[in-house]
Amino acid sequence: MNNPNNVIFQTASKVIFFIIILFSIHLFFAGHYYPGGGFIGGLMTSGAIVLLLLAFDIQTVAKGFPVDYKIVVGLGLLIAIATAAGAMLFNVPFFTHAFGDVYLPILGETGLHTAMLFDLGVYLVVVGVTMTIIQTIGESE
Amino acid sequence: MSLLHLAIFSPFLMAILVPLFYKGLRKIHTGWFVLILPIVLFVYFLQFLPVTRDNGVFQRSFDWIPSLGISFTAYVDGLSLLFALLITGIGALVVLYSIFYLSKERESLHNFYVYLLMFMGAMLGVVLSDNLITLYMFWELTSISSFLLIAYWYDRDRSRYGALKSMLITVFGGLAMLGGFLLLSIMGDTFSVRELIAQADVLNNHPLFLFAMILILLGAFTKSAQFPFYIWLPDAMEAPTPVSAYLHSATMVKAGIYLVARLSAIFAFSEYWFWLVGGIGIFTLFWGSFNAVKQTDLKGILAFSTVSQLGLIMSLLGAGAIALHFEALDDNIYTAATIAAVFHLINHATFKGSLFMVVGIVDHETGTRDIRRLGGLMSFMPITFTIAIIGAFSMAGLPPFNGFLSKEMFFTGMLQLLSADIFNLETWGLLFPVLAWVGSVFTFIYSMILVFKTFTGKYQPEKLERKPHEAPFGMLISPIVLAALVVLFGLFPNLLSYSLIQPAAAAIMPSIVPAGEVLDVHVSHWHGFSTELFMTIGVVVLGILMYLTLNKWIRLYSIFPGKVTLNTLYDTGLYASERGSYNVTKAYMNGSIRTYLIYIFVFFIGILGFTLWNKDAFTVSTDNLAPIGVYEMVLSAVIIAGTMAILAAKSRLTSIIALGAVGYTVSLFFVIFRAPDLALTQLVIETVSVALFLLCFYHLPQLNRDQEGRRFKLGNLAVALGVGTIVTLMALSAHSTKRFESISEYYIANTYEEAAGKNMVNVILVDFRGFDTLFEISVLAIAALGIFGMIKLRLSKKGEGADE
Repeated sequence: MNNPNNVIFQTASKVIFFIIILFSIHLFFAGHYYPGGGFIGGLMTSGAIVLLLLAFDIQTVAKGFPVDYKIVVGLGLLIAIATAAGAMLFNVPFFTHAFGDVYLPILGETGLHTAMLFDLGVYLVVVGVTMTIIQTIGESE
Repeated sequence: MSLLHLAIFSPFLMAILVPLFYKGLRKIHTGWFVLILPIVLFVYFLQFLPVTRDNGVFQRSFDWIPSLGISFTAYVDGLSLLFALLITGIGALVVLYSIFYLSKERESLHNFYVYLLMFMGAMLGVVLSDNLITLYMFWELTSISSFLLIAYWYDRDRSRYGALKSMLITVFGGLAMLGGFLLLSIMGDTFSVRELIAQADVLNNHPLFLFAMILILLGAFTKSAQFPFYIWLPDAMEAPTPVSAYLHSATMVKAGIYLVARLSAIFAFSEYWFWLVGGIGIFTLFWGSFNAVKQTDLKGILAFSTVSQLGLIMSLLGAGAIALHFEALDDNIYTAATIAAVFHLINHATFKGSLFMVVGIVDHETGTRDIRRLGGLMSFMPITFTIAIIGAFSMAGLPPFNGFLSKEMFFTGMLQLLSADIFNLETWGLLFPVLAWVGSVFTFIYSMILVFKTFTGKYQPEKLERKPHEAPFGMLISPIVLAALVVLFGLFPNLLSYSLIQPAAAAIMPSIVPAGEVLDVHVSHWHGFSTELFMTIGVVVLGILMYLTLNKWIRLYSIFPGKVTLNTLYDTGLYASERGSYNVTKAYMNGSIRTYLIYIFVFFIGILGFTLWNKDAFTVSTDNLAPIGVYEMVLSAVIIAGTMAILAAKSRLTSIIALGAVGYTVSLFFVIFRAPDLALTQLVIETVSVALFLLCFYHLPQLNRDQEGRRFKLGNLAVALGVGTIVTLMALSAHSTKRFESISEYYIANTYEEAAGKNMVNVILVDFRGFDTLFEISVLAIAALGIFGMIKLRLSKKGEGADE
């Protein structure tokens, strides 16, 4: 469905989409120190995809992102639980996070934290859940 | 985390890899990859034999939830090692067998092996955990994996029925058992089995002792299919035969036996324990064998036979409890019962495992398991026939097989009860040997039916789907190994005496085996002309007579009315409870979300209003208030205008947009109050939900404001006013009441120190309250899958017109 009335909307959303996605990734990484985190980042990403959904239609977007969002949900849960359970490998209780500063090439001194991995799980679950729900309801017409 | 823990978790880790093997290497049967694991584990556990040989123990521990006293302590002693070896050893044989039993072209092997590995890990967890909560967790996991495996062919009605039945019964028992565990921990102030055993005499005098015992026994009896809970086991035979051989005869159903054996040291001094465990065990033995005779399905015979043999082991454990009432070890004849229980446990796993595999072969090669259609297969399957003879004769208790030895020891254990002078055994003790003997006669009969009705007699090719022939060699390996063990243990029983049996029996009765000493275990064929031998001869003679005249008296079974059975009780009970819940639910769930919102809000008003009034909590103080600025006033005005617009809106589109406006304004409030996180979240959620609304727009019914009656409107008005008032009152009181320091102080102090983060909200989400987040995302995932399932199912039903 390529409605000629949507030309401006469609053209603009193609650009804005990437800006929002970048912003959501920024939000995700900023999480531990500044406003942001997996939950908001995930919602923002879904928001970007929803924008495309409104500008185009479900079939077009599904072609652009051939992703089964149910699998994204599962992957997110797996990462989250694995991060939490991984602590047990080091003889500390479930869900103990580890952190420290590591020197990385290019990035320099970087603070790393296993909470980030857990947050990645949250991010994926949020994207997956939102998109699964929207896609399922949208397709059922 | 130690190597031992890793061994317990390794099946779960392997299960993650199974789908990869299945997808990536389709040409090779997935079972070959899975087979490696139980073999490695078996060898790993073998190296503990020298440790447990002298009643030593091996323990590794790590904290799981230290704040609740829950640790994952893995503990190897004689009893747990015996079970671990059974689980991995039989597991390896079953996997090998399944490679030939399940076709790699037709079956969804990845499901099968994932469930099977899940079960293996769970079962290892059950037998190696010292902590009751850990044990419970693994226990329920075995029920779940059993459920999944029974329902492996989930398109069959009978499979689903059997799976549900086993799940309901064993999980009911599991929950009861959890209650018992909690009572134990209340009494002993610990979850560790070892520590509880150490204070067994204190526990024995505690008023909660009996309740704890009954609840735990409920768990053990449901799992081990004791009377009257056994009804799930025959229906569980819908599972693929390797599963029946593994879960429903060799390992999972013995979890209840394990629990009884493990906790004997706590409970066994009690009279109730003896009567419950011993009495129900012996009755189950009789009942199971009595019912096995009338079965016509080979797996049905084996199922009832398993029920009966489990009862046998259970009754021996009960009889062994008498030993605790006699101090001296040298002449304590009652320990013989416990030793017999352990020995029979091993024997049962070998002969029953091989028999299940034989039945699987017959089923696989002829297409039926009905003994009325089978017959004369001896000449087609000579090897299978030989294995069947060995297994069945061992089960019947004939020399020189291992079943004979443990059956003799069983008789000894039962006869010795006659000489005990406690617990009213002088009057009732005779019941034990009598029921044991009668049960053994029936055992003999069904063992003969199993072999001779299948392999001898008239060959009826017209009733068979396929032309029978001998199974492929690979399928024969596992039963041959088991049958060889039957013979080996029969001829040289003392191979096991001090390596496996003695350590396990000593672990069951730690209080009467002093440190550094061992129980005297000696198994032999010939005891002279003892009562036991005459009992066995009686069993054989009467058994043969009754088998030969089977057609004359088999009709006696039909005297019992077919409707008065435990199964009918289960079925009608289930139907009635489903029906009842459906009616209750239907009475208030009318399918309209408006009604549900009314329920929720009325409850909300009621409970909060009551609390405010009851606690006299309403106060207003005007201290510490910020000045109200222009921004706040403007935003409030916008919110009020937006809300009014929703009320007045004639179309749904208008109200959606107005609702969105309210939401965005609230997020502006968060900006003013310097809560960027909340503002961002609110903004995005608002966007997504408005988009969702627009998507659903087409599906929603028309807004028919004109048709709404006056009563409906007034009712809604009252509820809305009530909610508004309550929320306002709560907000005012919350501001005015400062009884304790705000919890945020803790987070302000610790966010950077403990979690190295600067954004407090996010640190709370992923670290301090990570559990909440984990559960929240799980709930989200469930909700998403629920919505997906609901909508897709509804659609497919419309398309196909299916009425299920």
